[in-house]
Amino acid sequence: MADFTELHRALLDRILGGAATAPVVLRRGAFDNAGLEEPIRTLVDKVAYRSDRVTDADVDAVLSGGLSEDQIFEIVVCAAVGQATRQYAGALDALAAAGDGTPR
Amino acid sequence: MRLAILDHGHRLRTKAVLAMIRLVSGHAAVDVVKLAFYRPDFYGGGALTDAAMRGLSAWSVGERELMAAYISAVNDCPFCVAAHTATADLCYRDATAATTLADLRAAPITEPLRATLGLLGKLTREHRIDADDVRAVLATGVTTEQVADALAVGLVFNITDRLANAFDFEVAAPAAMAAGARHLVKRGYR
Repeated sequence: MADFTELHRALLDRILGGAATAPVVLRRGAFDNAGLEEPIRTLVDKVAYRSDRVTDADVDAVLSGGLSEDQIFEIVVCAAVGQATRQYAGALDALAAAGDGTPR
Repeated sequence: MRLAILDHGHRLRTKAVLAMIRLVSGHAAVDVVKLAFYRPDFYGGGALTDAAMRGLSAWSVGERELMAAYISAVNDCPFCVAAHTATADLCYRDATAATTLADLRAAPITEPLRATLGLLGKLTREHRIDADDVRAVLATGVTTEQVADALAVGLVFNITDRLANAFDFEVAAPAAMAAGARHLVKRGYR
């Protein structure tokens, strides 16, 4: 799993710290699903919790708000990786707790 | 595809590769390939996915493909359900995947795998699991390493499903999805 852990960390470094078109504060907000304003907030929250409900209108609203397709690509990736990463980190904590008898 | 750049925004060299895929396979590259080839210096999730799905593990390739299909069903992701059901079918050589997605309790699979799929389903549906959930899986004989490996599959498909849904990946014709499945079995995700 060392390889997997390193690859996961490298992905986080690329999307949150690497060269991109969206400002880092926006990418970080999408990753955390926090501190965002409409219409980006709705798009990011849907990606995090009900990605099957994302619509053309959600994306069009963000485009109309001034973001480019590349910026939308980046914030959607950040939102997806962010939510999946939170779930994964919590699950690894549960796995560790299961091994040492901690009731969490 | 919801963003035009994912269909037509690739660099010239990548466009040539996509054209070559169409020429050799007889099918246009499926949407997940277009995503993987778009700005890989930013997302580039292929190596991470390959490590989870093809890296060393006590879970077989078929079992991990079944996990991918099951997680994708919970995420209501039609593209990934089709892709990984087709890939699991190649591994199992029967309809285990469809049966499992229809009714996990009645699926013709081992109890350790059934319990692990249940854990991944809960994590995906409710976004969290606790230590008691994990202990219930361990009690069926699954090792901690296998739980960790399954959670890695959970991470990559909770990313991929979200991207496929948000970008509105099109479920290609059965022949194209089958060609994609053969590629995943033969060459993995890199």
